[in-house]
Amino acid sequence: MTTRIVELRQGILKKNDELARELRGRFTAAGVLVLNLVSSPGTGKTAFLERTLRELRENGARVAALVGDLETDNDARRLAASGAPVRQINTHGICHLEAEMVSRHLEGWELADLDYLFIENVGNLVCPSSYDLGERIRVALLSVTEGEDKPLKYPTLFNSADAAVITKIDIAAAVDFDRALALQSIDAIRPGIRVFETSSRTGAGMAEWLDYLRQQRAAQK
Amino acid sequence: MHELSLVASIVDAVTESVSAYPGARVKEVRLRVGALAAVIEESLQFCYGIATEDTPLQGSALIVTVVPVGGHCPSCARDVEIASLQSFRCPLCCGPVENVRQGRELEIESIEIEDAEETVQS
Repeated sequence: MTTRIVELRQGILKKNDELARELRGRFTAAGVLVLNLVSSPGTGKTAFLERTLRELRENGARVAALVGDLETDNDARRLAASGAPVRQINTHGICHLEAEMVSRHLEGWELADLDYLFIENVGNLVCPSSYDLGERIRVALLSVTEGEDKPLKYPTLFNSADAAVITKIDIAAAVDFDRALALQSIDAIRPGIRVFETSSRTGAGMAEWLDYLRQQRAAQK
Repeated sequence: MHELSLVASIVDAVTESVSAYPGARVKEVRLRVGALAAVIEESLQFCYGIATEDTPLQGSALIVTVVPVGGHCPSCARDVEIASLQSFRCPLCCGPVENVRQGRELEIESIEIEDAEETVQS
């Protein structure tokens, strides 16, 4: 009986990684800045994105969004109220978005006509970290009600982020949010990362966030 | 939580590779998994048993090697390993570690197969 070892050295997510690279090339060539928004369910990704889309559009930017959910198109309908083109991706049980789903839902959109494309991932702090969607910037969101040590509990995701957004800052006092501790947790996992402290209700922190988006888009060109 | 999708990808990739060796049986699949890959080995093993049924991988062993997390420390100008996932700072100078590349691996390193013809002859 002969046995032999066959070397493969192949990424398990090779297909996703290849497609994500291809998407990144397309996004860069079209001049659209693509962001992947990741958080737990309930952090306020959709509310934050609603406000972001609305304010960017008021400033004359061309924006679009893809929004991932297991079921329902509730979030897409909420976001579409901003007037921006929005498409829902229903994963039907899959706990994260994959590059193929993004690619498929972009069909028919002229990327060169966009300045910003936001991809709202499925609410989950574990699985989305492994799947590259071709984005330029991965944004990890955390609300003041979730516990300041969330980044320490989910280091894989927070370490892979390029920017962090703290949401619901308007109710920070009511929930005894320890700001210094939260910032310390983020810095332990991703030292030096930009952190935005925001409220989608009052608009706090949105000006800094929008400035950051403009800088990142200019830097991509 | 996505271990079943990962295992399905492993089954596809290995099945494709062994198609070059007709009738061969897979005895072992070796993986390299980064400590920062958010993969739980127990869950991977559990899914592996189910997903490999009725495939050339049925009955094979899944062997997982964990790759420690590492990145670059700009102040020390060297690559360093990070011992704890609670602090991404250089163990030498406590400065921030950038470009954490090592530790995210999800890779099929090799497979061990048993040739069909040889089995028939013996």
